[in-house]
Amino acid sequence: MSALLHMLPFAPIDALLVVPGIAALLLALIPQYRLGARVNMLASGITFLFALTLLIERPDPTVSFLFVDDLNVVFVVLGTFVGFTTSIFSASYIGHEIEIGRLKPGYIRFYHGMYQALSFSMNLGLTANNIGLMWVAVELATLTTVLMVGLYRTQAALEAAWKYFILGSVGIALALFGTILIYMAARPVIGEGHDAMVWTTLIANASKFSPELLNVAFVFLMLGYGTKVGLAPLHAWLPDAHAEGPTPISAVLSGLLLNVALYALLRFKMLLAANPLAVAPGPLLVTLGLVSLIFAAFMLYLRRDIKRLFAYSSIEHMGLIAFAFGMGGPLANFAGLLHMTMHSLTKSAIFFAVGQVAQVKGTQKIADIRGLTESHPTLGWSLVVGVAAIAGLPPMGIFTSEFLLVSSTFARQPLLAIPLVIGLLLAFGALIWRLTGVAFGKPSPSVVDAGRPPSMVPLIIHLVLVLIAGLYLPGPLVAWFQNVARMLG
Amino acid sequence: MERFSLDAAHLLAGGMVLVSFMMLYQNRILGLLNVFAAHAVVLSLSVAWQAYVQSAPHLFVTAAIALILKAIIIPVALHHMVLRLGVHRDIETVGGIGPTMLMGIGLVALSMVVMLPAAAEADPIAREDLALALSVILLGLLIMVTRQNAISQIVGFMSLENGLVLAATGARGMPLVVEISVAFSVLVAFIVIGVFLFRIRERFDTIDTQALDDFREGRE
Repeated sequence: MSALLHMLPFAPIDALLVVPGIAALLLALIPQYRLGARVNMLASGITFLFALTLLIERPDPTVSFLFVDDLNVVFVVLGTFVGFTTSIFSASYIGHEIEIGRLKPGYIRFYHGMYQALSFSMNLGLTANNIGLMWVAVELATLTTVLMVGLYRTQAALEAAWKYFILGSVGIALALFGTILIYMAARPVIGEGHDAMVWTTLIANASKFSPELLNVAFVFLMLGYGTKVGLAPLHAWLPDAHAEGPTPISAVLSGLLLNVALYALLRFKMLLAANPLAVAPGPLLVTLGLVSLIFAAFMLYLRRDIKRLFAYSSIEHMGLIAFAFGMGGPLANFAGLLHMTMHSLTKSAIFFAVGQVAQVKGTQKIADIRGLTESHPTLGWSLVVGVAAIAGLPPMGIFTSEFLLVSSTFARQPLLAIPLVIGLLLAFGALIWRLTGVAFGKPSPSVVDAGRPPSMVPLIIHLVLVLIAGLYLPGPLVAWFQNVARMLG
Repeated sequence: MERFSLDAAHLLAGGMVLVSFMMLYQNRILGLLNVFAAHAVVLSLSVAWQAYVQSAPHLFVTAAIALILKAIIIPVALHHMVLRLGVHRDIETVGGIGPTMLMGIGLVALSMVVMLPAAAEADPIAREDLALALSVILLGLLIMVTRQNAISQIVGFMSLENGLVLAATGARGMPLVVEISVAFSVLVAFIVIGVFLFRIRERFDTIDTQALDDFREGRE
């Protein structure tokens, strides 16, 4: 296998950028919907395969502006996988949206091109070995998602896109100021020029940086990238963007983009942790995480729109993940990584289901969706399984990670565990309450001609993976996550 | 010479803070646009001075971008848009000039208190530049939150971005400055195009002068 990789004219890591890049240009020229969707799937599939090769072989960090280590390979493989399955879902979903006239066929080139551009920018952000480049990639990802959120061109969609744009831009701007401050801190030690922004040199020399500058920089980076993660009180863009954009984009936003921003945050947390004099970044993350968890848990009770409901659930889970990484230590970091993986898989599966629910029922209002398990058994029960998983019921994977997180918090900081458990229980109650209304009871009327039902394959694959992870985690994966957990400190 | 280059850099950066304050109390959109153009001119001068002092010719590119795009093209485009949308006669409530100015002063003080000790080890030109740049950024945020309509918010965001460019050019030898300023220009261009093409009339609806005129006619 390794020898085979050497025969390629380019390194596999470059392919993560080259394939989506070429596909984006190509798709911008394909007006036919079916062909475009196939090329989109193919390109996403190839990108995923190349991401898998990174597990076997790593590029040499000294010759490339990209790099791969144990941490970001988890994000890259997970991201390209969700990108691939979402492209399968998107093929049938968007086809239906065109049939019912919600999406104009003219936007197909734009949609597919942007999908691949998003994939490009996320891969760049995750693998860039330069904090400036990483920032540019996150900016690009923001731009592409803004354009996709506004795709339906309705008043509500444009407002959501505008809100996302303004808040995202402010976040991005603050993150850039933080990035400049990191450079200022690194320059006296490393010297002027590119080296002072290269991640691998930064982390190697972090102990000699001025701690005061690092502290101020981290505040800006946390506010900036934290906006993109969707941590309360910087989350205002997230529910609107999820609710008004096309459903595949909601899945990608929750499953991928939030993770990319989280990855950036984790990188800078590692940088601060490597400097003994700098402020400990953990408590800041723990606070933001808890605030997001509790706030989102309460907000879940008030939602009337089903996509908005699950958007708030994403805020809740990002809060949990931030909390886990803020606690630090091998066990909590492990729980955080596992939770992030499980959340990406489960949440995108839920959005696959919710997208179809909205299509067959012709509405996103929770009150108008009832008795799904009776009228659409496969879809209804998939949604039940997905929501049970996201609420943290055993034997699904999220239960495992939440259990690990709660037990490790109880062992170290019992006082912090109390709000954590309260938040979890509140969110659990809200989700189950909403689910019973949507899934059971007398069915509400469906749209008569819902057309060919979208593919259930991606949804089922995701849920099966989450179930397997809850029952049995393979040894190598555990060892891998433990290694990364140690790296994160 | 050393002393003079320092003073000139501080003068220009301080000038930006001053112009930011002028933006805070502009309650007419066209006035705001004119002041923003002045902001961009001062930025461009400041960046050009840094390019000269640091003998970093690539920064002249950034200065040229600031001058051509932000001081000329974007204000002119927004000017046209404001006239077309017919919102140029509107007076915006800026939420009390006095309190806003006081908050602005507070933010400048905050950035001095935060940045000067934190960057104590950096060379003086960068240290004070950074503090002034942070002031411009925070004032830009303040402009954004005190404004109600989309175009004023864009102007606030662009002034915030000017502060970032000031900080990036003040950091001697920072790579990717030109690239980042180009990336930001793309971002701003997207915002402007977004408003223009898709007519994001969010919040304009309430101050649509055409509607107001119709209403008056109906009554009289």
